[in-house]
Amino acid sequence: MIYLELFYTFFMIGAFTFGGGYAMLPLIQQEVGARWGDVISQQSMIDFVAVSESTPGPFAINMATYIGSVMGGQGGSALGSVFGSFCATLGVVLPSFVIILIVAKCYDKFRNSRIVQGCMSGLKPAVVGLIANAVLGVLLTVFFPAGLSVSTFSGIGFYISGAIFLAMLVLAFKKVHPILIIAISAVLGIGAGYFGFF
Amino acid sequence: MNIQKLWALFCTFFKIGAFTFGGGYAMIPLIQKETVENKHWITDEDILEIIAIAESTPGPIAINSATFVGYRTAGVAGAFCATLGVVLPSFCIILGISYILREFQELKVIQYAFGGIRVGVLALLFKALWSMYQKSKKNWVSYAVMAGAFTLTAFLKVDVLIVIISCAVFGLITSLLAHRRAQK
Repeated sequence: MIYLELFYTFFMIGAFTFGGGYAMLPLIQQEVGARWGDVISQQSMIDFVAVSESTPGPFAINMATYIGSVMGGQGGSALGSVFGSFCATLGVVLPSFVIILIVAKCYDKFRNSRIVQGCMSGLKPAVVGLIANAVLGVLLTVFFPAGLSVSTFSGIGFYISGAIFLAMLVLAFKKVHPILIIAISAVLGIGAGYFGFF
Repeated sequence: MNIQKLWALFCTFFKIGAFTFGGGYAMIPLIQKETVENKHWITDEDILEIIAIAESTPGPIAINSATFVGYRTAGVAGAFCATLGVVLPSFCIILGISYILREFQELKVIQYAFGGIRVGVLALLFKALWSMYQKSKKNWVSYAVMAGAFTLTAFLKVDVLIVIISCAVFGLITSLLAHRRAQK
């Protein structure tokens, strides 16, 4: 049953993500790829990271709602899509909600606990390593959608993408707003498409 | 139970959810302004506590902070109203967008646009990764865990969940050993 699977998959993702923002990406990438990879491609997942970035609200909620709506709404059912979103979002929210209610009662003990601090000293750098792997996965999807091969390097689209990537990287490090970066890369993509480069 | 206060919690966090882009830490300044300066529900010290707790508990920072402030202000019902408020705007907006995306994804112009956007997202992810690396501790445990987590998932295809749990255990053991050594 897809709704139950949406709920417990996102419950698990919510329960094991430490840190904000993209910290959830490695688990989402793995679980969605393994469970629903035939419906939600790597490409459409990256597209949706862009949509999450340019709409208000937490990244985690946006991703859960979107994936829930796509998986629940298969076959064109609008009600199924809303219910799928509901199950996935409830799943991702519930672990935080319950844990915070518990911690809020005894937060002094919790914060000064050597066990919590010890676990965090391992979790924080782990998230960096995991995100590095997620970024590598996105890089391979973007530049080598058909896998590593010699023919990739003969297409002009590959070099156009490379140029857009470098330009956007410079803008990102110059602290240009993410939404502006997404808008500029969309315009460049449309331009490159109509000139026949993609 | 004060219905007015619950309604105020819901509305305030609805506003916070509807007007922050990027989520997570981007939400903290707005939470501070609304709940400390405008409503006087909590203090600046509480905000620091919220950040510390949100960092060391699982789940999105936005949800953690909303639940915490709601609970502090009006108990479990308050936690529920604040969390519902912060989630609802995203939920509605994304439902609408996912419908629109499905209708228009066949259009050439949309496909070209996303061809460019994917590259832009990659650049944003690189930037985010770099900032996270800069913020992390610079000691051998930290470097070893980073390299280990990357190698295990990228090359050995170990399950992300197993890596997360092992790294927490590894961090716990090394910090307890360091503590014992310091006591001697």
